[in-house]
Order: sequence, then structure tokens, then C-alpha cells
Amino acid sequence: MAEFLQQLVNGVTLGIVYALIALGYTMVYGILRLINFAHGDVYMLGAFTGYYAAGMIGATQHPSVGKAFLVLAIAMGACGLLGVAIERLAYKPVRKSPPLAALITAIGVSLFLENGGRILFGADPKFFPQIIPARNIPLGAGVTISNQQVIILGVSLTLMFALRFIVMYTRVGKAMRAVSYNHTAAALMGISVDRIITFTFLIGSMLAAAAGVLVALQNPKIEPYMGILPGLKAFVAAVLGGIGNIPGAVIGGLVMGIAEVMVVGYGTPTYRDAIAFVLLIFILLVRPAGILGKHAAEKV
Amino acid sequence: MKRALLLVLLLGALWAAGAILPRVVNPYFFRILMLCGINVILAVSLNLINGFTGQFSIGHAGFMAVGAYTAAMISLHGGQSSSQAMIAAGVPPLFAHGAALVLAVIAGGTAAAIAGYMVGLPSLRLRGDYLAIVTLGFGEIIRVLLTNIDAVGASRGLPGIPGWTSFFWVGTWAAAVIALSVNLAHSTFGRALFAIRDDEVAAEALGVNTSAYKVMAFVIGAFFAGVAGGLYAHYDSYLNPNSFTFIRSIEVIAMVVLGGMGSVSGSIVAAIVLTVLPEVLRPVKDYRMVIYALMLIILMITRPQGLLGTREISLRRLFSRKRPKLAA
Repeated sequence: MAEFLQQLVNGVTLGIVYALIALGYTMVYGILRLINFAHGDVYMLGAFTGYYAAGMIGATQHPSVGKAFLVLAIAMGACGLLGVAIERLAYKPVRKSPPLAALITAIGVSLFLENGGRILFGADPKFFPQIIPARNIPLGAGVTISNQQVIILGVSLTLMFALRFIVMYTRVGKAMRAVSYNHTAAALMGISVDRIITFTFLIGSMLAAAAGVLVALQNPKIEPYMGILPGLKAFVAAVLGGIGNIPGAVIGGLVMGIAEVMVVGYGTPTYRDAIAFVLLIFILLVRPAGILGKHAAEKV
Repeated sequence: MKRALLLVLLLGALWAAGAILPRVVNPYFFRILMLCGINVILAVSLNLINGFTGQFSIGHAGFMAVGAYTAAMISLHGGQSSSQAMIAAGVPPLFAHGAALVLAVIAGGTAAAIAGYMVGLPSLRLRGDYLAIVTLGFGEIIRVLLTNIDAVGASRGLPGIPGWTSFFWVGTWAAAVIALSVNLAHSTFGRALFAIRDDEVAAEALGVNTSAYKVMAFVIGAFFAGVAGGLYAHYDSYLNPNSFTFIRSIEVIAMVVLGGMGSVSGSIVAAIVLTVLPEVLRPVKDYRMVIYALMLIILMITRPQGLLGTREISLRRLFSRKRPKLAA
């Protein structure tokens, strides 16, 4: 039992990170119907900006909680701007093109960021500094949680509630929801669709960058290709929950994280990368639009 | 009669080219040429699924892997020994190896076609991006399975596959898939696929059995992906699960989209361009993939409908004086 609870704690921590990345996928998909393949690479760049920011502000030598949050803020800010730049330079010109052209553009951006990152940062892995020294906190019944896991959970939940607040209770959030229904109708209501799309990329990329820094706290090895697999799994999580649906992305991420940790804990660790997809296929066969997705009636 | 003559001429030309080319072209160029051929098979077969039928599949590397491993295992356990027995019995080695290769490759294609049937079935329920992600998942599952099955070498890879793939066989299979696609496009079957792509509901209302056609498109596309895999296995003599990641599928999709969805000649041109481009960029070393990525983005921004759009390069149109009027 203790072991199961321990796995559950680890699974939730992994899942909440997938959920953070999945949110970016799902928001962009909800608004543009575009699978933003470069999203996993923004997550990678988040970890790298965090790495360099930590070195610059001296969080490596004298770690403190304040500096750790500053590192997080710098990474989120930088990657948010990068997300906006990607949208303006690469995605905006293909917005009116067939969906597949946009998808190939996204793949191009992803390749560009990975290989650009390899030139910029070098191919060897870097090690993220311990900006918060690890410490284990017992939870009783033999279950422990590390302070890094507490930070991952706390920061992720805060960001998710902030996102929910923005989307549900602010003017710009209302505009985002309107644009996700219908671009033309939203534009007729006086919403600047371009600005809303840019804003979506801004917050989506910020969330991915936060996920990058949070993961790097726990697994310090970072390299330019680290975003591919988590990006893919987060996208699967978004589809699992019902793509375009924000609570769905969170649920999908948690399901994926817990399933993956359980397979590693009780099954064969080498199958950890397959479980995500097996789960996905089974859920889609039962619910073709994902767990929370609504099946849109087809118009003739 | 005319067709049979054409076929004989084509096979003869391929045979002659296969005999002469390796002697006059340096091995590096020859290798690129062979990879171009294999990529042409992949791109044209994916074009049947993505371009003709409009079913968005990102699992082509998975089908290729199934074909490659099946063909390789057949050659390693039986194919090699029986071809040696044939040579001992007096059959010329060229024929013995050719026969063993054709059998292995067809078996690989069949295995991939069965996998295609199994992936095609959920395609009846799923649409667009959901289907895409299921095919992507299929490809990744295949790769993880191959990494874990010890009989096929797991993550160490599968070495020692007989190197029977020659220019002739790659050319013949490429010609086969191209001829099939072109004829399909002008047949009832192909028209049904186009109808499904353009409007599935309308196609169904007109009496097209959409489910059957969609699954058939998957099966045919997967068969040729398996064939390409089998040829690749017998060319490199070594297989590794990491050659079949989803990046490989995406490379093939890039060829189809870049060539223009549904255009067979476009797929061929794009397959060659995207195989040669990274090689041409080799002198710039580290910047190679960055430039490749940038060119992909710029091409998609400037020509979103692909290099050829839905048009075809046709020899007949090039040579005839009077241009036939194109239907609007």
C-alpha cells in the first residue's frame, strides 16, 4: 500500500507537468486547429533559459527560494516572447493555407528549434543547477514527497488556476473563448482575432517554459532534444482529455503521468513510452472525442 | 500489346541502369540514389492514404518497420539458406537472390498490410487529428515493441541481413507503386477515394462505401510502405528500431505535403528533393538541419499547396503539340 501511494505521488507529479505542457497544445488547437509541434521544443528552451538565468543571477552558488522564482519568471517571460515570435513569423503567414501546410510549418519550426538549440547550447547534455536543494518530507505511512515535488505541484496548480481565471473571468479570456468558436463571428463582435491568437501563444509558451524549469529541478540533465518525447506525450494527453478542452488537458495529463509511473513501478520499465499510446488508442475507441471532448455533429 | 512492350522496355532500362550505374557513379551518389528510390515508394504510398483519401496518417514509419523486420526475419531464417541451395542446384545467383528478395519483400508488405487493416479499422470512427494521433501511437508502439523483442535484436538492432536490394528492384517496385497510383487515380476506385477526401458525407450519400474504401486505402498504402521497409532492410543489411521513430513518418508526410497532396508526380519530385537536400547541405555541417528546417518553413509559406499542387507532370502533355484543355 505504501509503495502504491508513493507511486501515486510520483505519478501525479509527472502528470501535472504533462498537463502544463498539454494546456499549451490544447489552447492553440482550440483556437487555430493547429497541432503546434514546436511546443515541446519551447519546453526544452524553457529549461535552457532557466539554466542560463540561474547562472547569471547567481542562483547556482547561493540558492534561495526567491532566486528560484526569479529563474522561473525569466524563463517564462523569455519563452512567452519566443512563442509570440514563432506565431508571428511562421504560423501567421500560413493561417489561411490548408491545415497540413500549417502542420508541416510547425514541424519545420520544431526542427529549427532543436537543431538551432544544438548549435547554440552544444550537443552534450547540461546539468541544471540545484537552485533548490533536495529534501524529503515524510507524509506518514512510509510515503515521502520531496520538496521539489511540492514546488512542482504548487507552482503547476497556481498556474492552472491563474489560467482558469484568465480564460473564464477576464475580457481577454472571454475573447479567447469566442475566437475558439468562430473567428469570423468573433471578429464581427469587435474582437481583434490576431491579438487573441498572439496572446494564446504567449500564455501557452509561458506554461511550457514553466514545465521545463520545474522538470529540470527534479531531473537536472537537459539537452536540445529533451522536448520531443514529453511534447509528444503531452499532446497525447491533450487528445486523451479531449483536445481544445482545458480541464480535459489537465485530466489527460494526470492519467498519462500516473499510468506511466505505474507501468514503470509494477510492469516493465522499457514499455514506459508505449503505455501512453496504448492507453490513448483504448480511450479513443470508446470515446472518439476524448474523455471530456464533445462530439461535434457533422454538418452536411 | 503497346503496354507489354512498354513494360519490357522499362524493365530492360532499369536492368541496364542497375548494371552500369554502380560502375560509373561513385558509391556515395549511388547510395543517395537508392535512398531516393526507397523514399519515392514511401511517399507515393503515403500519398494514397493522405493525398487521395484525405486520411491523415502519421504512422508510415510503423508500417515500414513491420515490413522491414518481417522481410529481414524471413531472409535470415530460411531465405538465405534456400537461395544458397538454389545456387548449389545450378540457378544463377542473380535469380536466386532476386527470387528470395521478392518473396521476403512481399511477405513484409503483406505483414504491413495486415497492420494497415488493423489501423484502418479505427479510422472508421476517428476523423482528422484524432486519426492522426492514433496512427502516430501505432508507430510508436511498434517501435517500443521492437526495442523489447529479443528475437529481433531488441535495441541492439538486427545485423547480418543479406544485401540483395539492387537498383533494379528498387526501380521496379517504385515503378509498380507509381503505375498503381496513376491507374488508380483514373479508376472508379480512385474516384471514390477522391470523393471521400473532398466530402465524406456527400460521397456516402452517392453510394460510395466509405468504410471499405478507407480501409482499402490504408491496406494498399501500408503494403507498399512494408515493401519499402523490406528493400531498405536488404539494402543496409542492418535494422535498428531507432530508424523508425515518428520523425521518419514526418519526413514522409513532408514529402507528400511538399509535393502537393494527391499529386503522384509531386510526391516523387518532393521525395527526391527532400532526400537530396540534406546531402547537398552536408558541407555546412552543423547548420545543415537548421537550413533544412528553414527551407521547409519558407516553402510552406510561399507555396502552401505544395510544389505541384494537385497537378501532375504528364509526359503526354509535355510532348503533344495541342495542349488538352484542363477542366476547371
